[in-house]
Amino acid sequence: MKFGIIVFPGTWSDMDCHHALGIVLGQRVDYIWHKDTDLSGYDCVILPGGFSYGDYLRAGAIARFSPVMASVQRFAQEGKLVLGICNGFQILCEAGLLPGALLPNNHLQYRCQWTYLRVENNALPFTSGVEKGRVLKIPISHYDGNYYADEATLAELEAEGRVVFRYCTPEGEATEEANPNGALHNIAGIVNKGGNVLGMMPHPERACEELLGSTDGNLLFLSIINSM
Amino acid sequence: MPVSKELLDEVALSEEEYQLIVERLGREPNHIELGLFGSLWSEHCGYKHSKPLLKMFPSQGRQVLVGPGEENAGVVDIGDGLCLVMKMESHNHPSAVEPYQGAATGVGGIVRDIFTMGARPIALLNSLRFGPLSQARNRYLFSGVVGGIAGYGNCLGIPDVAGEIFFDESYSENPLVNAMGVGIAHKERLVKARASGPGNLLMLVGADTGRDGLHGASGLASRTFEAGKELRSAVQVGNPFLEKLLLEACLELAQSDWVVALQDLGAAGLASASVESAARGGCGIDLDVLKVPRREQGMTPYEVMLSESQERMLVVVRRGYEEKVKALFQRWDLRSDVIGQVTDDGLARVREGERMVAEVPVGLLTDPPLYRPKARKPAWLRRVQALDLKDMPDLSPQEGNDVLLRLLASPNIASKHWVYRQYDHQVQDNTVVTPGEDAAILRIKGTGKGIALTADGNGRYCYLDPYQGGSIAVAEAARNLVCAGAQPLALTDCLNFGNPEKKDVYYQLKECIRGMARACRALKVPVLSGNVSLYNETRGQAIYPTPVVGMVGLLEDVTKHCTSAFKGEGDLVFLLGGAEIEPEAALAGSEYLELRSGRVCGRPQIDLQLEKRVQRCCLEAIRSGIIRSAHDCSDGGLAVALAESAIAGGLGFWGGRWWGQGQRNDVALFGEGQSRIVVSTSPEDAPRLRALAGAEQVPLQELGRVQGQHFIIEGLIDLPLAQLARAWWGGLEEALKSDH
Repeated sequence: MKFGIIVFPGTWSDMDCHHALGIVLGQRVDYIWHKDTDLSGYDCVILPGGFSYGDYLRAGAIARFSPVMASVQRFAQEGKLVLGICNGFQILCEAGLLPGALLPNNHLQYRCQWTYLRVENNALPFTSGVEKGRVLKIPISHYDGNYYADEATLAELEAEGRVVFRYCTPEGEATEEANPNGALHNIAGIVNKGGNVLGMMPHPERACEELLGSTDGNLLFLSIINSM
Repeated sequence: MPVSKELLDEVALSEEEYQLIVERLGREPNHIELGLFGSLWSEHCGYKHSKPLLKMFPSQGRQVLVGPGEENAGVVDIGDGLCLVMKMESHNHPSAVEPYQGAATGVGGIVRDIFTMGARPIALLNSLRFGPLSQARNRYLFSGVVGGIAGYGNCLGIPDVAGEIFFDESYSENPLVNAMGVGIAHKERLVKARASGPGNLLMLVGADTGRDGLHGASGLASRTFEAGKELRSAVQVGNPFLEKLLLEACLELAQSDWVVALQDLGAAGLASASVESAARGGCGIDLDVLKVPRREQGMTPYEVMLSESQERMLVVVRRGYEEKVKALFQRWDLRSDVIGQVTDDGLARVREGERMVAEVPVGLLTDPPLYRPKARKPAWLRRVQALDLKDMPDLSPQEGNDVLLRLLASPNIASKHWVYRQYDHQVQDNTVVTPGEDAAILRIKGTGKGIALTADGNGRYCYLDPYQGGSIAVAEAARNLVCAGAQPLALTDCLNFGNPEKKDVYYQLKECIRGMARACRALKVPVLSGNVSLYNETRGQAIYPTPVVGMVGLLEDVTKHCTSAFKGEGDLVFLLGGAEIEPEAALAGSEYLELRSGRVCGRPQIDLQLEKRVQRCCLEAIRSGIIRSAHDCSDGGLAVALAESAIAGGLGFWGGRWWGQGQRNDVALFGEGQSRIVVSTSPEDAPRLRALAGAEQVPLQELGRVQGQHFIIEGLIDLPLAQLARAWWGGLEEALKSDH
């Protein structure tokens, strides 16, 4: 099992993902510079959080044109695993690998805080090790996390079980108060039709050690590792 | 060159200073040379009024690797071959003119100071002061500054982990925006800012140079505001994305052997960056302004040298390696250009192509006249120090609940989560204790260690007694670290004052520094670095003298840290420390006094010997696992500290009447006497705590116990915990909603 972490100019969760996977979970993991295009040898590619190209124009709008993204498209088509976290989720939406868009938070402020996520689908390589309905404690840190899609797309996502994580209370209720950014249907993470491309706003790589407040992020990474 | 008063005004030099320049230079300086002198001799760069006073600070210690003034930031050893680089700086004036960009570029500047030394920035802190939120202008400044810090810092991926915010009328026209940066590096990979080796090349990296920020150092930062003067052009606009690229590229460069020195371009731009690095290295520089890439046409050499365009770095490269360095920056899509070279004749030479436009000895530029004005104790001081409680009725049992709720909801005491949830405080995977505590705690990867960070200052105390107030600022910062379980290591400071040419302001500056220095010695915390922001006044009205202390402490075992939250039902609650002081001293400058009577008066005091014992005792109690929570007792006094510990833990409190019959209720509950820490312990460990306090000769007073879901102080306060929490949690947001 080998992970690749893509580094765009302005990416900053690259080192956190490297720490979580490499040091905490002892996996093989490399950085991939955005101008490189060779993804052979990787089982899972991560698009980490940050402000690629300063989020100028629109979050993820410039990064999707980086040379590596054509390779990510092919990688995804081959059925290999792609995980977009925060800015990575935004890039995947801009690249058309995932439907919908991440709008500015409805309160027009940045938010960094712990959130609770209900696992809605565990029949995926990303969540296979977690019970359905389990509540995970994982933090967010973003300005543009307000998930939006048209009604038809939303209905399709819901019908096909492609909403993977929903913001909820610590008890597991998907209430308005538990929604930190105005995302439709409290959506925190979705998956593509093939089930191999996951985008999520919360940062699992920040929830991998008890010392830092939660180990729930490991449930996601271990699911990926054990699915191989 | 005939020199007019207007021209001297433009570069902020006095006629006497001009005469001195002519005398030392042996001729009249030309316009560009005058601009160089104006900037480098400004208070901001040259510390004309503060340098002699700053010498009072102790800066020695086994742990100190780089002390004040030697480099862009101070450096302290934390063992395991690692060191911390730290510095605090003000961006007060730019933020008063344009809050978002002023604050944003303040963050940019402090971050460059850290990575300039080859250290990866791992934490940001900020200390902010505004006028009351009841005024629309202050709300605008407040939300603009917070937005700017968030907008810039978040983009860089550096956690903003701690700080403080205080509101008072004295800051209405002059908000204070102090930013602190902390970085980590391997000791042997630290990079200096000393240009050396004649023939080595000067490269300018990063943003193109424009006309933005001209006269920032000499104008904005070194003079008082005059009404109606348009200063916006002196504020720069930040590009955090470019800064992030610079940061990564420079850290990569620092790992190579191609670089001799790194120096960021801040106040006075290329002029100060090139001259100061030459001065440190004891050499000269020769540069050509035509080689500086520009974003505007028709810029004069004067403008190129003094531009304060952001996100630029000066790199001194070993000759022969310039192509390698260029390629490194190219990979990050960054532009880099050779603009000159290091010389051995001690002259700063500026050319425009073939034409020499300035030629001045480096030593003259970095040796401004130093002023030691006469300090005079202000006549008004005695008046504001007078406080007679006889004319103020004591707190009655009917008022207890209401006063506590109002204090908890006051913007100075209420939770600041509205602010820090806008800052990424977790990126880099090190944040063990997040903002909102006495101190933030970060773990140091690859070791079992942790560091604690805090920023503190109290302008009211310093206004009432600059000497005691200065000592209190240092003591409180150290106490906050101790409450987290950390041994204080070193501090950086930012001294915010009015116009030092006035005798009473100079008195405040001198006394504050003297008081701080005394506390540094008593508590054995050396000063590593710092910044001075003077001329914080508008229409003749100076701000409260406000020294801000940023301090770092070390935890040998990060898992043995402590927080303020009550941990368990039935735990006993104690007050550790506290001197026997007059009621007037306890209420001096307190939030309660302000709330009750609208007055800021009295005379605060601190006993540093007691402080030392209290801190030692608390630290030992945390390390040996005797206590389960520790919270510094500061703004709002004991009742507020107890309420905060209860709210943080989600557990109620019952307290008996622990003060004597003859004593005032308000002094007991809301007095702000120093050297006090609220701690809780299990009943089984209580005897150990008593024994420890006895051995350390520290007063220990049992206050009550952790219990239920109510907050009760017998006879005076009885409130549901949820109501307390609501007041404290929502206070700041409520204040922002006012519609005046």
